[in-house]
Amino acid sequence: MTIAPARPTPGTLIEEFELGLDAPICLTWELTYACNLECAHCLSSSGRRDPRELTTEQCEAVIDELQRMQVFYVNIGGGEPTIRSDFWHLLQYAVDHQVGVKFSTNGSRITPERAQFLASTDYVDVQISLDGATAEVNDYVRGPGSYDTALKALQNLQDAGFQDAKISVVCTRQNIGQLDEFKALADRFGATLRLTRLRPSGRGADVWDELHPLPEQQRELYDWLMARGEDVLTGDSFFHLAAFGEPLPGLNLCGAGRVVCLIDPIGDVYACPFAIHDNFLAGNLLTDGGFKQVWQTSELFRELRSPQTGGACAKCEFFDTCRGGCMAAKFFTGLPLDGPDPECVQGYGESALDQLNQSGGRTIPAASQDHSKAGPTRNQPVMLTLTRRPDLTPPSAPPTSACAESPLAGFTPPSI
Amino acid sequence: MLDEPWTLSPSVALRPESFGALAYHFGNRKLTFLKRPELVAVVRALGEQPDVRSALVAAGVPEAQHAAYADALAGLARTDMIRPRSEGVAA
Ligand code: SF4
Ligand code: SF4
Repeated sequence: MTIAPARPTPGTLIEEFELGLDAPICLTWELTYACNLECAHCLSSSGRRDPRELTTEQCEAVIDELQRMQVFYVNIGGGEPTIRSDFWHLLQYAVDHQVGVKFSTNGSRITPERAQFLASTDYVDVQISLDGATAEVNDYVRGPGSYDTALKALQNLQDAGFQDAKISVVCTRQNIGQLDEFKALADRFGATLRLTRLRPSGRGADVWDELHPLPEQQRELYDWLMARGEDVLTGDSFFHLAAFGEPLPGLNLCGAGRVVCLIDPIGDVYACPFAIHDNFLAGNLLTDGGFKQVWQTSELFRELRSPQTGGACAKCEFFDTCRGGCMAAKFFTGLPLDGPDPECVQGYGESALDQLNQSGGRTIPAASQDHSKAGPTRNQPVMLTLTRRPDLTPPSAPPTSACAESPLAGFTPPSI
Repeated sequence: MLDEPWTLSPSVALRPESFGALAYHFGNRKLTFLKRPELVAVVRALGEQPDVRSALVAAGVPEAQHAAYADALAGLARTDMIRPRSEGVAA
């Protein structure tokens, strides 16, 4: 190992991972900040392309390096990665160089032809983002029409014979009640459901207070994962829920800078895709000697891999499995990094936030970068909930159409 | 299993790590941690040895542990990390 000169004697696998590996296990690479959507909770504040975006040749060089480091697969995202005109070329290039690809997309460019191509390649996994099992819930955060787009993409993939697409859901207060519906939707498309945690990262910081699951919903999610989670992927993102009792399967640790990292569209390397902030910037692969160099020698990563204290969490009986939760979630809600997670299921995060709020000591770190579109566009989500006045129409009946001619329009005779 | 010829699956790559190795299957995209260097040595030896037992011996695994290793190997077989070899001793 090149990382720690005095590496302690190996213990459990988790302890090994906390000390870092020579190459990441879970590498996310955001190819572009450009996106045709403007999701309210976008972790990377995407929208506009960054003019410094890596060129095709620079991207190929990154792939060559990943091959040498035996990074077996990358999670490609964005922005909307398929917006890059060389996206399909880079996909092929990676696969040809023994770097498997999982890419996340909103589905807008998964045409029947692209679906055919995807079905014909091995080593490629497709994740369609969907944040509501119904258009109403999904489009609320992802923008009008985005539900139909995602479902069309899933349909195209299924029709082309693509096996086992993923439906990737960020769990929110609005959709936790739809877990069974999501599962049914996945089954309908022969897809696998993937549930991940909402973090207050990027634009997610602005809406976190409104979108993050309520304490009783966290319990609901935990119970659902325990009962039905067997074929559901979670990206190991809910390990803070381990403090409800039994840990969920998977890696129970924050892998930031240890086994996880992010390469952003301009080649900046961050500790984690949810930590795009100067505080978690390890270096740039163009100016700091390549990705391997940054991964193995950056000051920040060295620090993250050194033994950490549990801070206020060290006394907690669940620290072994919860490990204080998510670093990014703490940072972007203004909590200390060595204390409890804002969604600590023992309630310590909430009380810590309350205390900070009351004393006026809660400062939410300002974003270091933002690629959101400057003005509103037609794809922007409108986060208003439209409901009917209950005194006008019985809630179960659709509104009577203005051009309905029957004198009995809107009248449902009581059953006998 | 101990007397059968086995091998690492052709779509699996191993990445050495201080604790052992990461095994990645490009086909089914399963990532597995081989948590002991001895297990990595066994897995690598499978294809070169006439049967699993010889691979265990070649990797220096004491006989008392053969059954436990066979269990671990059976686990790897479930996700096609290793597979039975039909053609007998590898060339
Ligand atoms: S910061 Fe949060 S999202 Fe990132 S690796 Fe750690 S736990 Fe996971
Ligand atoms: S106090 Fe810390 S370790 Fe304990 S459950 Fe809360 S976040 Fe997890």
